[in-house]
Amino acid sequence: MAEATANGLGQQALHSSHDAATAAKSDTHQEHPIKLYLVVWVWLFLLSACSYLVDYFGLHGYLRWSLILIFMMLKAGLIVAVFMHMAWERLAMMYAIILPPILVLVFVMMMVFEADYTLLTRIAFFGPGP
Amino acid sequence: MAETTLTHTSQLDRPEGWRGIAADWASDQRAFKNVSWGKAMMWIFLLSDTFIFGCFLLSYMTARMSTRVPWPNPSKVFALHIGGSEVPLILIAIMTFVLISSSGTMAMAVNFGYRRDRRKTAILMLLTAALGATFVGMQAFEWTKLITEGVRPWGNPWGAAQFGSCFFMITGFHGTHVTIGVIFLIIVARKVWRGDFDTGRPGFFTSRRGHYENVEIMGLYWHFVDLVWVFIFAFFYLW
Repeated sequence: MAEATANGLGQQALHSSHDAATAAKSDTHQEHPIKLYLVVWVWLFLLSACSYLVDYFGLHGYLRWSLILIFMMLKAGLIVAVFMHMAWERLAMMYAIILPPILVLVFVMMMVFEADYTLLTRIAFFGPGP
Repeated sequence: MAETTLTHTSQLDRPEGWRGIAADWASDQRAFKNVSWGKAMMWIFLLSDTFIFGCFLLSYMTARMSTRVPWPNPSKVFALHIGGSEVPLILIAIMTFVLISSSGTMAMAVNFGYRRDRRKTAILMLLTAALGATFVGMQAFEWTKLITEGVRPWGNPWGAAQFGSCFFMITGFHGTHVTIGVIFLIIVARKVWRGDFDTGRPGFFTSRRGHYENVEIMGLYWHFVDLVWVFIFAFFYLW
């Protein structure tokens, strides 16, 4: 379907009378069952409790960091996808909003090198920490 | 002119997937087909705010990685004495649950808004605002506690001096966002209660008529505040 109609379809769709009719009841498009929100809410509570327990039980090293990151990403994903309704938006919107923050990881990588270098020079000039 | 009239159809007759991205972004047309300008602008504002908090967390990472002095243990710094024993991070955990609860009530408010249930929407929004105010109050308590214990932006009794500046900067900016959110929640809740979105009363600043979508846009901001806290909680308090 897409190949033949991709070009110029946007203009036609926007100008069509069908859209003008549906625009009148414009406020109805992001309505989902309340049960979905309650389920996500419960999951957010559980995930928060889990990430708190990571600290409570004093887990250390890579286990701690990976668990923190997993719970964090799951929580962030649930909030953005369901509470902020991103799961129901068009891909053009999703990529415009979600892709740029992911590119910040490049900045993170640069600053990791920078911080390592700063630490190295500090140790070289001042000796190891007190 | 037709470009400015909005189409809120859930089923647009347009290609999906990668072909859809190319078609939506290509040539002189609006890229976000079924998203109103208000919602799109809120998303773009949130994107820019993401970069602000991203930079804060990045500078915190750089400061923590590059110091020779050991970083204070947040688990102990933020512990509270309850019933004679130290409970680690308990205040922060409660704050997290309060903020998540407020996100839940906000999501419900948006839902009832689209069902045009004025009363429930306004009550749920005011409940959200109350939970947000509780969060800010607990943060003020936390700040007071740390300041009396001697934490300053330039030093603290337990270790690396950068701890204080990172803490006050990051949680301060987040708290400001929550405070602004509470104020706007109350403003929008008042509009809902008065029936502004049913009667099409013009807004005080733009003179534009509001819709129940305003509740959802307000919700986007509030969920974002919760979202930022998820990252602060993970990186600053738990790491």
